[in-house]
Amino acid sequence: MTTALERPLHDCRDTWAATLVDLARHDPRIVAVVNDSVGSSKLTGFLDEFPDRLVNVGIAEQDMVGIGAGLANGGKIPFVSAAACFLTARALEQIKVDAAYSQYNVKLIGQSPGMAYGELGPTHHSIEDLAWLRAIPGLSVVVPADPRETEQVIRWAAAHTGPVFVRVSRMPVPDVMPADYEFVPGRAVLLREGSDVTIAATGTVVSRALEAAELAEAEGISVRLLAVPTIKPFDTDAIVRAARETRGIVTMEEATVVGGLGGAVAETVVRHQPAPVRTLGVPDEFAPTGSASWLLDHYGVSAEGALEACRDLLGRA
Amino acid sequence: MTGSAATAAPADALPVFGRVGAEAGREAVLAHLAEAARAVRRRDIQLVHEAGQGHIGGEFSVTDILVTLYMHVLNVSPERPDDPERDRLILSKGHAAAALYTVLAARGFIGVDELRSFVQPLSRLNGHPARTKIEAVEASTGPLGHGLPIAVGTAVAGRMDGSPRRTFVVLGDGELQEGSNWEALMTAGNRRLDRLVAVVDRNRLQQGARVADTNDLEPLADKARAFGWEVVEADGHDHGALVDAFAAVPAASGRPTMIVAHTDKGYPVSYMRDQVSWHHKVPTAQHVQIALDELGTT
Repeated sequence: MTTALERPLHDCRDTWAATLVDLARHDPRIVAVVNDSVGSSKLTGFLDEFPDRLVNVGIAEQDMVGIGAGLANGGKIPFVSAAACFLTARALEQIKVDAAYSQYNVKLIGQSPGMAYGELGPTHHSIEDLAWLRAIPGLSVVVPADPRETEQVIRWAAAHTGPVFVRVSRMPVPDVMPADYEFVPGRAVLLREGSDVTIAATGTVVSRALEAAELAEAEGISVRLLAVPTIKPFDTDAIVRAARETRGIVTMEEATVVGGLGGAVAETVVRHQPAPVRTLGVPDEFAPTGSASWLLDHYGVSAEGALEACRDLLGRA
Repeated sequence: MTGSAATAAPADALPVFGRVGAEAGREAVLAHLAEAARAVRRRDIQLVHEAGQGHIGGEFSVTDILVTLYMHVLNVSPERPDDPERDRLILSKGHAAAALYTVLAARGFIGVDELRSFVQPLSRLNGHPARTKIEAVEASTGPLGHGLPIAVGTAVAGRMDGSPRRTFVVLGDGELQEGSNWEALMTAGNRRLDRLVAVVDRNRLQQGARVADTNDLEPLADKARAFGWEVVEADGHDHGALVDAFAAVPAASGRPTMIVAHTDKGYPVSYMRDQVSWHHKVPTAQHVQIALDELGTT
């Protein structure tokens, strides 16, 4: 059997860009807004085909998000695409007020999130985005795990009326979602049934969670694996069932452990079904330099790290 | 001295005005605007007094601008507030919400009686305007520096559609200290958005002090011109001057228009005019009566 980490790897930006071009061919309302991020968003093809439907504001993120809201006011469906670190930090008030509070139909595409720019340092890491944006009412927060899910999420975002934030990863990931997968907002995806312990993972690290489940099975630990693409709205029921039916939950995310998926899971079990939780992510510190995969390993957001957390929850450490 | 109970009767007497276009003749337009502006100010100050909240100084400085736009310039209709081809007006200085609400009521977009709910629990009339609560509000504002980028996006959408619709954004002058405005000024100039009009309510005062003593804007007109805008200066309390400035839009083909409307905070009320302290001071019943006396009734 091919393990999760031995599968061919993909850059989800290719899928995002191809999907947007296809959507634009069928719907003249689809437009793109970027901050000198045509290349890093892989939108060269979009620009070639629809030069009048791409607004490049240059290095001006507040302007970029405000213009996105204005385009929505004018009946467009704007996809505002920029490095997640600048989009979410520099323009956070525009995301809160112009997109969410005004409920404009703006799609915010956070490119290369998490620690995709690992070597560039914490200025370019976007590990706080899930916590910040999850706290904003009326904004969907979605983290696809692989190309199949990325395409479905982008198509859903275009069809959905309302503001949406989507992380699009550049860190190479294998296919992890089933061939017959259909994205449903607010629903976690059961990738493996299991009875001892649950791993809930989102985005790029779902493949690492799959690997962990395989390692665990080899030593007799039955892992339930939930992929959690929507951080908001959140699948409370799936987490409550996991808390009730297994002996604890390990969360994995390419983000700070403060307030993201781990935070959402912890809040959920405390409110509905108290259970032990181990949160794997970046601790409350600025990460050192290093590649994304090195940093994830460094912080134990890895198959081995998750296995260790599972053992810990089961008292086998 | 009359108290708030005694002022309730005129407060509810706000008439509903239609739009009077240029075809009615200049004299009729100016008479219409003068009557509407007086009625709006009379109601607004009572509203702020009764609510115990508001930003009456900046509301009175922007009243003539909003009245001229809604009662004469804008192609908008209370019957079709969602018309895709309507002109857009975004009030970026959202703290003047009570003035906007009063103008919207006077133009028939919201009920005159509803004004009494301003900032009350669960009211639609928040202290800053909310798009999701009032359809005629094009964008929720409050934090400064948001309106102009949104207006640029709206204008870009109109250009993509080949539409003649226009976008107006009303800015405070102190607000121009926010850097987001300069991002948007640059974008609008470079994109030659000549159906975009920014009106600056140039009352020279911000919350805590004079703009010039805080972080000066001058030379504002030269700065805007350097960013690719055509700049028109007008007396922001002279309806004729405002009508002329708006009639000349676009002031130059291929350039967005900035109208620097020279105003006074608190205009025209004697004790309030050009006083920093009236940024968000709440008028007492005595203040209200003096203002009503000065504003007059006809």
